[in-house]
Amino acid sequence: MSTNNGNGTAATGGPIGKSVKRVEDKRFTMGHGKFTDDIVLPGQTYAAFVRSQYAHAKILSVDTSAAKAMPGVVAIYTGADVAAVNGVPCGWQVNFKNGNAMKEPKHPLLVADKTRHVGDAIAIVIAESIEEAFDAAQTVNVEYEELPCVVDAFKATQPGAPLVHDDVPNNICYDWALGNPIEEVNAAMSSAAHVTTLEFINQRLVPNAIEPRCYNSSYDAINDKYTLYTSTQNPHVIRLLMCAFVLGIPEHKVRVISYDVGGGFGSKIFHYTEEALLTWCTKQLGRPVKWTAERKESFVLDAHGRDHITKAEMGFDSGGKIVALRVKTYANLGAYLSTFGSCVPTYLHGTLMQGLYTTPKINIDVTAVFTHTTAVDAYRGAGRPEATYLLERLMDLAAHEMKIDPAELRFRNFIPPFDGVNQPGYQTQVALQYDSGNYHAALEKGLEMLGYEDFRKAQKESANNGKLLGVGFSTYIEACGIAPSAVVGSLGARAGLFEFGQIRVQPTGKVTVYTGAHSHGQGHETTFAQVVADKLGISMDDVEIVHGDTEKIGFGMGTYGSRSIAVGGTAIVKSIEKVIEKGKKIAAHLLEASADDIDFANGNFTVKGTDKSIAFGNVALTAYVPHNYPKDLEPGLDFSSFYDPANFTYPFGCHIAVVEVDKETGKVALKRFIAVDDFGNIINPMIVEGQVHGGVAQGVGQALFEGAEYNEHGQLVNASYMDYCMPRADDFPIFETATQVTPCPHNPLGVKGAGEAGAIGSTPAVVNAVIDALWSGGHEVKDIRMPLTSERVWRAMQN
Amino acid sequence: MSIKITVTVNGVKHTDKVEPRLLLVHYLRDVLRLTGTHVGCDTSGCGACTILVNGKATKSCTMLAVQADKAKVTTIEGIASNGELHPLQEGFNQCHGLQCGFCTPGIIMTACDLLKNNKKPSEEEIRVALEGNFCRCTGYENIVKSIQYAADKMSAPKARKTKKEATV
Ligand code: FES
Ligand code: FES
Repeated sequence: MSTNNGNGTAATGGPIGKSVKRVEDKRFTMGHGKFTDDIVLPGQTYAAFVRSQYAHAKILSVDTSAAKAMPGVVAIYTGADVAAVNGVPCGWQVNFKNGNAMKEPKHPLLVADKTRHVGDAIAIVIAESIEEAFDAAQTVNVEYEELPCVVDAFKATQPGAPLVHDDVPNNICYDWALGNPIEEVNAAMSSAAHVTTLEFINQRLVPNAIEPRCYNSSYDAINDKYTLYTSTQNPHVIRLLMCAFVLGIPEHKVRVISYDVGGGFGSKIFHYTEEALLTWCTKQLGRPVKWTAERKESFVLDAHGRDHITKAEMGFDSGGKIVALRVKTYANLGAYLSTFGSCVPTYLHGTLMQGLYTTPKINIDVTAVFTHTTAVDAYRGAGRPEATYLLERLMDLAAHEMKIDPAELRFRNFIPPFDGVNQPGYQTQVALQYDSGNYHAALEKGLEMLGYEDFRKAQKESANNGKLLGVGFSTYIEACGIAPSAVVGSLGARAGLFEFGQIRVQPTGKVTVYTGAHSHGQGHETTFAQVVADKLGISMDDVEIVHGDTEKIGFGMGTYGSRSIAVGGTAIVKSIEKVIEKGKKIAAHLLEASADDIDFANGNFTVKGTDKSIAFGNVALTAYVPHNYPKDLEPGLDFSSFYDPANFTYPFGCHIAVVEVDKETGKVALKRFIAVDDFGNIINPMIVEGQVHGGVAQGVGQALFEGAEYNEHGQLVNASYMDYCMPRADDFPIFETATQVTPCPHNPLGVKGAGEAGAIGSTPAVVNAVIDALWSGGHEVKDIRMPLTSERVWRAMQN
Repeated sequence: MSIKITVTVNGVKHTDKVEPRLLLVHYLRDVLRLTGTHVGCDTSGCGACTILVNGKATKSCTMLAVQADKAKVTTIEGIASNGELHPLQEGFNQCHGLQCGFCTPGIIMTACDLLKNNKKPSEEEIRVALEGNFCRCTGYENIVKSIQYAADKMSAPKARKTKKEATV
């Protein structure tokens, strides 16, 4: 284990560990990115939707006759037309505590009977131009009978609440618990010297990837083949779900392409109804159909994140050691089950309740609830930010209540360091086994960067000048690199979670890499090329990364859960190993030695202990021009691998926020933000730091600015950029970042993944800092509802 | 009803008949097929569509194509010259100022306007100038650095610039 400030991993001399500039940048900075909306196909038609203005209403009639007569209209379809088509499926089955399967009401491509959230699709209008489609959509006449609705997850479970689906009693999709038996947890809790209790809302967020979702589907009748261009994070998964579960068309007849994608953050993982509907429509029409979401549609259609109502209690003994944790959460799923909506509050949230602490008794109980709102699913971090928020808010609050320094309270409770090699992994009370960790070191580093003692002095002085200074801590852990298929399968996942990687060495020694991971900002074309160039001892210019096309790439599970380098990168490494092994046989033949005596390093195959060697490029050429070639060896140098990891990876770290609160107005200014993250080994420190920046900005956004607001009529009242407060450039200080390296013991690169940490660790640090500022001013506040607007902070100070 | 307009885009004169309601951004993307200018919203909030109209940063989703009649328009496709990247394009690569790249064209065009009027903007001035642009990916810090990189490069004396380039 080593610690270093800023640059991550020990460099090998090759490109691994270096801040190589991104090879994909040129096309984007020159305006030549290829986003789905940039594509126009021959014979293109355009789709617009008729969507429900009501959160809950009976559809009495839909009259399309006037619209059909409008200029340019090609076709209009309603719920009745697709009644026989399946709905979009959920990818993860969670069972009720009693063992019954969760409730899975149909999520139809178009609704026919009633609408269940604002934006529910009633009809699709297809026309020669988008303007004509919009014009015609406006003349479709829908008669509704408005029904009462419910938007709050807890209220939805109460007797008499309006039902979202008539066959789902109390709107409960499932109830679920994890951890030690509740009796044991209750007993431990009643033995505690101090119990800190926090009731809070982890508010609903809108992911707001800046590229609106876009699909363009076409059908070639002669060859009976479909092509779907889609802005997705996982093209193969979309193909599988759409073909096998929704449309019943053979997978080999469908090509799904996802070139450049303008951000995802989870919201583009899921299989949305529009993808399947457009593909159904293109077959009816024999012409390509394209739909690009308007931003107001994105707000009410793209799956939202978070939305938990939680009561959490943490018991401590008289020495400040945690003795028990008890949690009850109501998780809002929205109107329909999104692709992974069911696993976020459970297997990505409940399983993280150990945090970094040795808590001996833990029980979490989750009730997942349908409401008349947009579906909720994974948004950057997915469950893990909610878990971290819960634990880290409890820790800082307990520190205030028990008058123990919050850093000291953490040191007393941290799991001791373990590398997963010499010391075993850490078995939690909530199913997971952590791979490796060094939690003390991360916090120590953070305190050093903060200058903790000086800060506390400055805090005392600040109260005199109208400002309250506060510091907030968050020491987080996340489960990434998802994950072993057998494990997730036993927990209800309906898919495997391996990854595919292929190395095709061309005859000239140039390399094409096919990866099932998908880049929508992560820079895979650079990072993966670094790995390949490093391992094969060739130039990065000789490596090309191909992703996002089901016709080119064998298979793929896509990119989410910070999995690309840990799972996708390892699949590539496995294929490189196969290339080198075969290369050794060819080299041995050419050098007249035994394959066991061949070493491969720096791009050369060498007979051990001699200077007899042959370059990688020559071996590649020989593989394709096998005139002088080993007898039993196949020609060619092209290998693919599927990699299914042995465990999740567990990045962790320490985030510290410093805020200044204006005593008069309650306005919060974020003064400093410190992030010490441990992602295991790092391939490209520049890209990793960029991931931290972006994640922190989203996490701070949740703490201070963002939040979806529904009114009692089920209207999302801030469904535009005029009303939903997105963090902007002048909301942030310069971030102070550092990394520490505790390698992952179970993958060959020793990597853990870095995509979500920023969003997971940062939110509670900021809220804790505001609460600390208020306590320093004598306001013993337990909670302020996020986002921490000036008004909310000001009100908290008045009590 | 269509209206005839003549617009000079990236130095090339285009004459087209357009519907009066056609937005300038759609004229650029759909008629001229210059797809580097993006659409991220419908309320003039995101800045992904920013271009220069007569040298001024303008949200092309907030302007009709007919309003651009006789105007000189510069889009992201038009700022590199003779195969050489604009210092901002270079800066965004050098300082990792982009991730998904969807916001990037609009941000670069906003920065073009800023650097024309303010040769050495401070960090704060850059952050304020970016108020009309969202970036969901980067957290903005590397965008600020990218713009500073370009400002330094653009204000560096020519001789030094050549020398620096030779060493890159
Ligand atoms: S498209 Fe968002 S401001 Fe123009
Ligand atoms: S780089 Fe993705 S929104 Fe800015």
